[in-house]
Amino acid sequence: MWFASPDEVRGRLAAVDYLADDGIATSVFLAGALGKPLLAEGPAGVGKTQLAKAVAQATGARLIRLQCYEGLDEARALYEWNYKKQLLRIQADDGAWDDIFSEEFLLERPLLKAIRSEEPTVLLIDETDKADVEVEGLLLEILSDYQVTIPELGTITAARRPYVVLTSNATRELSEALKRRCLYLHLDYPTPERERDILLAQVPALPAGIADQLARTVATLRALELKKSPSIAETVDWAHTLLALGRTELDEALIGETLGVVLKHNSDQVRAAKELGLPAR
Amino acid sequence: MTTPPPPPTPPASLVDRHVGFVHALRAAGLPVSPAEGLDAAHALMVVDLSDRQTLREAYAATLVKRPAHRPGFDTLFDLWFPPVISGAEGTAVAEDAELPELRERLAELLMGDPADPAFREFARAMVGRFGQVQAAPGRQSWFSFPVLRALSPETLVARMLAAMLDERGGLPEKVARRHISRTIEAFTEAVAADVRRRIAEEAGVEKVARSAVRPPIDQVDFLRATKDELARLRREVYPLARRLATRLSIRHRRGRRGRLDFRRTVRASLSTGGVPLTTCLRPPRPHRPELVVLCDASDSVSTFSHFTLLLTFALREQFTKVRAFAFVDTVDEITRLFAPGADVLDAIGRLTKEADIVRFGRTDYGHVFERFAERFPDAVGPRTSLLILGDARSNYQAPALGTLKRLAGQARHAYWLNPEPRAQWDTGDSLATSYGSVVPMHECRNVAQLAAFVETLA
Repeated sequence: MWFASPDEVRGRLAAVDYLADDGIATSVFLAGALGKPLLAEGPAGVGKTQLAKAVAQATGARLIRLQCYEGLDEARALYEWNYKKQLLRIQADDGAWDDIFSEEFLLERPLLKAIRSEEPTVLLIDETDKADVEVEGLLLEILSDYQVTIPELGTITAARRPYVVLTSNATRELSEALKRRCLYLHLDYPTPERERDILLAQVPALPAGIADQLARTVATLRALELKKSPSIAETVDWAHTLLALGRTELDEALIGETLGVVLKHNSDQVRAAKELGLPAR
Repeated sequence: MTTPPPPPTPPASLVDRHVGFVHALRAAGLPVSPAEGLDAAHALMVVDLSDRQTLREAYAATLVKRPAHRPGFDTLFDLWFPPVISGAEGTAVAEDAELPELRERLAELLMGDPADPAFREFARAMVGRFGQVQAAPGRQSWFSFPVLRALSPETLVARMLAAMLDERGGLPEKVARRHISRTIEAFTEAVAADVRRRIAEEAGVEKVARSAVRPPIDQVDFLRATKDELARLRREVYPLARRLATRLSIRHRRGRRGRLDFRRTVRASLSTGGVPLTTCLRPPRPHRPELVVLCDASDSVSTFSHFTLLLTFALREQFTKVRAFAFVDTVDEITRLFAPGADVLDAIGRLTKEADIVRFGRTDYGHVFERFAERFPDAVGPRTSLLILGDARSNYQAPALGTLKRLAGQARHAYWLNPEPRAQWDTGDSLATSYGSVVPMHECRNVAQLAAFVETLA
């Protein structure tokens, strides 16, 4: 068992500075209790990867990370034979043809490592949407039965089910088959109240008044129709910026000067300045 | 690894409730598979059923796999698992409180956090107090409108702003206004949810469920979208464009490979002693059509045209060149309004003001096609895909089919997207079939259909 109840999830994640709302706490708890992978989807910078790290940290489990990218294949994700070592063995000993496919020559990649791990493990499959569609097929077997078939060695079943978190930025729709096997958690921008708490947890030196002002200002920015809304990570950066500038009062001039920390498109900055009545730069 | 032991059977009434809820979700268009229904049942056995919020999230995690489906899910959840039942609502306010007193309390709540339980409790109490209306002799029913009219939260805004701010104006006021409008929206929604609950108690859940859920955003009809939905649609443009672009570039990579890359093949053959065992091919030349968009900007279809324009410009990297023309009864080029980095809302606003597209103000496709061929003879060439957006309703004017045929013949491809449902084509002044015989016409009523079309285009 990973967690005993959603409330426990909330408490233990809060202890490692990750503030979970009801949705996060319940899905994190269910993923552990039902032994199902958790698919966290949402815009960039809302704490999807951070969630997996926080779960690992809160439970003291080992974190194994598989970063997905275009062209990721079995040899990088699952396992590979160390063919150089195999060649050497064959050259050294003529009768070795049979035992070159053994444990000794196997190179573990993240997925196999997570399956064979004896200790509690959190497997983070990051940016699943960046990988090719074939990789999803590979994940299906692993995520539904927690086993891997290696033709030369047979089927390897998980000694201990890893806690699996998949993340996705939704740049493409993941397949129905994969979604069906996962619990789904949509992470979105937080309410101003929760974002204020996140700011205070992440930037303890920040005065509470400014945190509140920042959270509400960012919520106002997100309400505008922008190309790219500011993420939580960017709000935290903004708080760090204000601290570094040594300012304790958030006024319009200061917002105008530091808007580049949260808005990265020129048209977005122009629009925000116009709508919020900020001084022109 | 042993499979977990089968969970104990939940009590029958819970099973019925669960099955009914899953059915209602399917009826509302959520694709809930039997396996997911089972997952949800497993989840019910491990969570604390007395905690309603946990129950809601447990259902959401197992059954709702697309964010667009979440609002519909929440509405149905509130119906099937109501927060309270009548007679046990609790007393958020004194029975005999006067209206000014109630409005005072409402203003207090609206300035606070809408997640506060007192907020919803107050909304429920207010529905109980003001929401009941005599629908017919001897029959009472519940409505949101009288509640909102009695309390009229909008008229409290000035008072709340005065209480929240030291001085008016500038950014603080914008931020405060945003907070207030968010909480007022939450209050309106809380009232509506409680009205639905009360109606469901009297008329049965199934009956209310059918009418309560709006379709998910990618199924919303362009021509019937509300103002809120339009704003949400516009927000969808960039994510949608990104998704489409990813899918298109995957397809391009997959497509046929290019010619032999002699240099790289020889280079690769060095490791095999000069024998070219592996051949290297050049990447294929991407097929990037030029796009000319001709869009009807008259009021009846403008929502659809605007959305499609935004999407084509968000996708501009997928085309060598995009040119856009707008028309009502005469036509003008509007490409300059959508220059890279330009603000999209601004562009739409300027479209109606600056572009010369109106003569008499009644759509006239025939005149538009003739004028287009005359003013922009070089716009459509053999590398162009011509895209016409409009409902083909020409107010009984001459259709100029010959001109359109010539334009379509000059272009590499021509398509017509019609936002009207296919059943309404050819009714009244619609020339859908006549135009459709010259340029293939596609029905394009919602984002899902539009996305499917764009994929075939690029």
